Amino acid sequence: MIDVKNINKSFNGKRILHDVSIGFKQGEINLVIGASGSGKSVLTKCIVGLHEVDSGSVEYDGRDFTQMNFKERKSIRKEIGMLFQGSALFDSLTVEENVKFPLEMYTKNSKEENLDRVNFCLKRVDLLNVNHLYPAELSGGMQKRVGIARAIALNPKYLFCDEPNSGLDPRTGIVIDNLIQEITKEYNITTIAVTHDMNSVMETGENISFIHQGKKWWDGNKEDILKTDNEELNEFVYSSKIMQKFRNI
Amino acid sequence: MLSIFHHIGKYFLLLGRVFKSPDNFKLIRKQIIHEMMSLGIGSLGLIAIISMFMGAVVTLQTASNLNNPLLPAYLIGYATRESFILEMAPTVMSLILAGKIGSNIASEIGTMRITEQIDALEIMGINSASYLIFPKIVAALVFIPIIVIYSMFLGAFGGFIVSMYSSGMTIESYVTGLRYDFRAFSIVYAMIKTVFFAFVITSIPSYHGYYTRGGALEIGKSSTKSVVYTSIVILIINYILTQLLLL
Repeated sequence: MIDVKNINKSFNGKRILHDVSIGFKQGEINLVIGASGSGKSVLTKCIVGLHEVDSGSVEYDGRDFTQMNFKERKSIRKEIGMLFQGSALFDSLTVEENVKFPLEMYTKNSKEENLDRVNFCLKRVDLLNVNHLYPAELSGGMQKRVGIARAIALNPKYLFCDEPNSGLDPRTGIVIDNLIQEITKEYNITTIAVTHDMNSVMETGENISFIHQGKKWWDGNKEDILKTDNEELNEFVYSSKIMQKFRNI
Repeated sequence: MLSIFHHIGKYFLLLGRVFKSPDNFKLIRKQIIHEMMSLGIGSLGLIAIISMFMGAVVTLQTASNLNNPLLPAYLIGYATRESFILEMAPTVMSLILAGKIGSNIASEIGTMRITEQIDALEIMGINSASYLIFPKIVAALVFIPIIVIYSMFLGAFGGFIVSMYSSGMTIESYVTGLRYDFRAFSIVYAMIKTVFFAFVITSIPSYHGYYTRGGALEIGKSSTKSVVYTSIVILIINYILTQLLLL
């Protein structure tokens, strides 16, 4: 469970987040949706500590992350896995070395134990025989899978996904969404996914927060989102022709 | 003007993070070896070519200017040795390395910044500045002095080759000149300069790469800026150290 309480964040005097409070539930995919520039990525970066909040707090199972120093945060960071929009795999390392990286950094496992764990994680994301390839040799979908494998290598309690299916074809996007959903349930992880993809929302949206102009505008689930009378949310949801047709059915 | 102080302050704050105790010594050791291979070994070929040709040209130019019969021929070798030990090898090679290694470091770290690889390290709880920059600085402090000594030998060797095939000088007089009035302090002076230059060659481009914002265009700008600032700082340090150590 992650509790975000009254977060505010400004850059160069421009306020990006206004008093945002959201509770993210364990064992569920918590979606943060919103248009580009709405503040959803800043919100995620504040939650994981890449940006310091101006005021408010972020609690990981009751532990106030915003009040901790770099060393104290380390204990929580070991419990966080993150899948980046562009995968953020280390270019100079092979797939195997990428997934092994957090294990080498934080565990005292033997080489064999680490290799077993790497192979387990890669198998879990359906990647076989790619251990010695470099990220540049993989397709976008495969890079995302390696990113997921690296994110789950240390058995995280919290998983963050920044636009997990951006740049992927719809079919591969759904495969990645389903994979994240399966992993969330299997390991009872608190997963937070930032997206503006309606396919993802309809596929995985159990607990959805809509961010608009830096404020939490609406929350609910994938059933509620189709029936809401919230004007801004409807504009966002039904912005594409296919969704407009769907509404008229 | 204020912007300069802002950058200097930010640079020293970054260095403070770089020299914090590393998260995992084993991984840092591995990185240092990797950096020595990529930054050091990768530069040997270029330095060899430049040093030999510069040694040859300095020898020829000195020979063409020392055509007075009252001046002993061994001065050609002496001048080549002195110019290589005091200036060509430590300063000119460092300026060349600032271009080669510096742009490489700035673009590598800059790319890691804009592709969120540095964010990935931070989220894992790793001090990214220390993990990425510290091994480069250590590798440069170890390897660049070796490259500079290698350049001194190859410069002298370039002159030696020329003395074999040019009229107006002999191998014997060139070798006598190389050995004439040798002072070990010249090497110490060159090594002191080199250590400072090695630090600058890695830390300034790392700073520019680390704070890159934007996209591919900004990576190019960071890379160019890093080479320009590194070269200027090398020349300033060169002047200060020469004043302090030789006069």
